[in-house]
This record gives sequence, structure tokens and C-alpha cells, in this order.
Amino acid sequence: MRTALEIANLVRSGELSATEAVEESLASIEAQEPQIHAFNTVVADRALDRARAVDQAVAAGSDPGPLAGVPIALKDNMCTSGIPTTCSSKILDGWKPPYDATIVEKLAGAGAVLVGKTNLDEFAMGSSTENSAFGPTRNPLNPSLVPGGSSGGSAAAVAANMVPLSFGSDTGGSIRQPAALCGTVGLKPTYGAVSRYGLVAFASSLDQIGPFTNTVADAAVAFETIGGHDPRDTTSIPQPVPNVTEALERGADGLRVGVIAEMMGGAIEGFEPEVLARTREAADALAAAGAEVEEVSLESTIYGLSAYYLIAPAEASSNLARYDGVRYGNRVAQGTSTADMMVATRTAGFGAEVKRRIMLGTYALSAGYYDAFYGKAQRVRTLIIDDFNAAYEKFDVLLSPTSPCVAFPFGAKADPLTMYLNDVCTIPSNLAGHPAISVPFRTGANDLPVGVQVLGPMLGEAAIFQAAAVLETAA
Amino acid sequence: MAEALSREEVARVAELAMLRLTDEELETFTPQLAAVLEHAEDVEALDVHGLEPTQHPYPLVNVFRADVVEGFDNRDAALAMGPEVEDDLFRVPPAHGEEP
Repeated sequence: MRTALEIANLVRSGELSATEAVEESLASIEAQEPQIHAFNTVVADRALDRARAVDQAVAAGSDPGPLAGVPIALKDNMCTSGIPTTCSSKILDGWKPPYDATIVEKLAGAGAVLVGKTNLDEFAMGSSTENSAFGPTRNPLNPSLVPGGSSGGSAAAVAANMVPLSFGSDTGGSIRQPAALCGTVGLKPTYGAVSRYGLVAFASSLDQIGPFTNTVADAAVAFETIGGHDPRDTTSIPQPVPNVTEALERGADGLRVGVIAEMMGGAIEGFEPEVLARTREAADALAAAGAEVEEVSLESTIYGLSAYYLIAPAEASSNLARYDGVRYGNRVAQGTSTADMMVATRTAGFGAEVKRRIMLGTYALSAGYYDAFYGKAQRVRTLIIDDFNAAYEKFDVLLSPTSPCVAFPFGAKADPLTMYLNDVCTIPSNLAGHPAISVPFRTGANDLPVGVQVLGPMLGEAAIFQAAAVLETAA
Repeated sequence: MAEALSREEVARVAELAMLRLTDEELETFTPQLAAVLEHAEDVEALDVHGLEPTQHPYPLVNVFRADVVEGFDNRDAALAMGPEVEDDLFRVPPAHGEEP
């Protein structure tokens, strides 16, 4: 399949119609969807209507934008006006938002055409898409394996060439880990670089939207399209989006790269040897391209997982309090009082993992435990940020594996804590609010793709794209 | 932190979170939640005294804008999504339950 940039260039020059591009995408979805289940909703008619509008714009001599005619998919936790937005939860099944998320408006403004909403772990809580209330997504590379999560549907849709570009949200690794497991590029931008307006909140101080693509250049144009200040998101950074496309051709000459020792067979255990080997090869490839590569210790990252699994559930328990059957979502009328109805609605509407996280968060925030758990986790977060900032005085970017393992079979990590350990390399960037990108770099066990993670400082997207482009060429 | 999470505590937390758990769920969730909390005890090894807690990763300050009312043109669609709507209001069961 063509890349997003190839499609956009052909559509803009009139060599390919947006309608053809969208038809191709819809045909690919129809052929593979029974096997993969990447989508919760496909909006074929709407997509073809929009594609025709793009074609008319081109025919009229105007430029529809940098993503002209590119079929895209959005994780089903981003609000799309009049189109179901379920978060893969029974509690929101059938809910149609009355407004569009900012990212939806920006993408439409750039000429992209939405073809559907992708499956996820319920409310983005999980690392395998097995927690979806509508059944799991399967890894296109091997349908007996998970695609990763929580944005597993978006990763699978790109890996299976159903669309060249999709979007997910990343709270603790939910873009980068499925990108690694499906062999695609996945970017988590700087916190606040992309508006969260219309993204259904999971953990508000950690959530960030980003793209899945088959090439680094596509991820760059996608980021430039969706980034920038949004007055409707109070946490949006009031600065222009960094230009990253011009960093792609820079090479690695003089780039200072720190390889995170704790994630390379150091203090954090449980990495597959092939994953570590590929990451070392990636470091070598950067060095061969002229980068100065050194190992660096970030000791506090060892504690990232613990801090995250107190902070994220705490924020989730608060954010998910809104699902009470009053204003939207599915109500279960039971008992005689408002409170009875709310309890019955939540009990029937949420799946097991969501209930676990809500309870974990409620516990961490409850009287008597607040300081010991939540307060301490917030201070660990400060420690991690301090460690990163010290490292970025010496390095432009850092390097680590994205996931400790390649794609795994369904049911292999049924124990919650075992599943959480998947996020050990990705969580620190969320806690710090920093950008990070996963790039496919060769293969590991069973010939499955390995993702290598390039991390950067606040608004350091240009540097991570610079390194990612070099790794893409060397892979 | 130390002491393992008890089944009673999990039941209490579920109540606070407005969830009702079956006995079977309590049985399953208690050790699972205890394992996560136990793992989180590794932070005990860290000295975080004197460190400010981080609530938010970007040093933003409050931003004020002019207090101008903006319209929302899709009110009907928002109301249409209510489980029970009457006269432009969301209807709920009686707050203190039905009269006996």
C-alpha cells in the first residue's frame, strides 16, 4: 500500500483520486476485518462522500491540504460528532458525541478522510486489546497473537495496510507498545503538544494523542498536522508545533545518544534477549551514522511502573466517575434511588480491568493512604523528571527497547501485574511528559518485529525524528 | 504500607467507587490488587523528602480568557444521548428512593 505522503501527493497533483484511495482502503478493510477485528465502526458512505468533496476541491484548483485524500482511522476514544464513540466499553455502546475532537477537525482540515473508529482495551486500559468489550483485535502478522494495546486496533489497521495512517492515545505506552508489536511506527508527542479536547479522558496528566504509520516521514507530517495550541484544552502548550519534517534528512552526525542502562539488561528484568540485541544493534547503527553513543543510567525509571500504577488509576477513578447513567451512556435501572441506579449502571457497564483500576485509584486516594501512595508516587514522578533532565544535559535523545517482548499469544499475560510489566520502558516518558517514538528495527523471536524507542526532552520531537529516520534506513 | 490488602478493604473501596462486586469478583480482585500495591512498595527504597510532588508535567500557569458566552449548536444531539430526558432535563430515579 502507498504511504500517506504518497497518496496525498498523488491526490494533490490529480494523479489519483481521493475516491480511489478511500475505495482501496475500504476494500482492504472488508477483506481483512473478519480476521483482524481492528474496527469498532466503519463509516464507508461518509468516507466516500468526504473523498468526493476532496476530489471536487482538487478539480476546482484548490489544495485540500497535506493529507489530501488519505484514509485514516481513529481510536474509538476520540469524539466524532454523530459517529459512535464507545471506548470499547458497554457503558458507552451506541453513544454518539455531539461534537468533534480538535484532532478530528484538524485532520479533516488537512484533507484526510476518516474511514472508521478502531478497537481498544476498554477506556484504553490494557496492553493487548484483550480488554475490549467487543472482542480482541488480532495481530495482522499472526492472528494467534495480540496486537498490543491499548491502541491495538489502530496499530493493526496500519500494519494490515487497511489505512496508511491511524491515531491512538498513549497514557503509559498505548501507542508505542502496539506499534512495536505490529511492526509500525508509533509516536507519543510531548504532553500538551497535541490537543486532548474531545479525547475521552483516562489519566489526564498523562494522556496524549499520536499517530501510527508505516514510515517515519508519514508520522512527521501527521504530527505537524495535529499539533499546536488549542484554547479548548487548558493543558495545551501555547507554542507552535515543532517542525519535524526538516529533521528527517539531518542524519545522525554529532547526535548525542544515551542508551538507558536500566532497560538494557540492567536493573529492570524480564527482557527477551533478541529485543536487547536489536536495541544494541540500533545503537550501533546510530554510531555508524556518526552519533556519539554512550550508556547512561536513569535509576529512577526503575520506579516508574510503581508510580504510574498509582497515579494513572487515581486519575482514572476520578475521570470515570462521570459514567453514572445520568447524562449519557447506558443506564441500568435497578433499585429505587439515584444511587442504586448509578451503582447498577457502573457495575454492569465496566469490564474487570476498568473496575480494578478504578478501585486501585480509589484506594490510593482514600483517607489514610493518600500520602503513602499517591503523594509518594507524585514525588517519584518529580525524581524521574529530574533524572531525565540531567540526562538531557548530556544527550539529545535516549534509546531503549519499546517493549520487553515481541507480540505474545492471547491469554499469555492474564495476571494484571504481568500485563502491566509490558509498559516498563514506555511509562517514564508519560510521567515526564516527554515525547518518544517507536521504530520497527529488525525482528526478534519467531521473526516478529522488535520496536526500538527513541526518547527526547520536552518538545524535543525534532531530535527523536532525526534519530528515527536514521534507524528506519538502517533497519 | 506493609499489610496485605484484605477482602473487606476491597469491598469497602468498591462501595466508595460505586461498584458492586460479586463474591467471586472479590475473591479474584483482592490478590490481584494486593499484588500491584505490593509491587508499588519498591518506592519505599527511595528518599523523596524535600521533593515537590508533580501533578502535571508542563509548567503551565493558569490562563485566563475573556468570559464570553459561546453558543453550542448541537444541544439536541447532546440531550438525545441522555438515558431519560424530560422537558430538556435529565431525569433520574428519586434521590432518596421510592416511598415505601
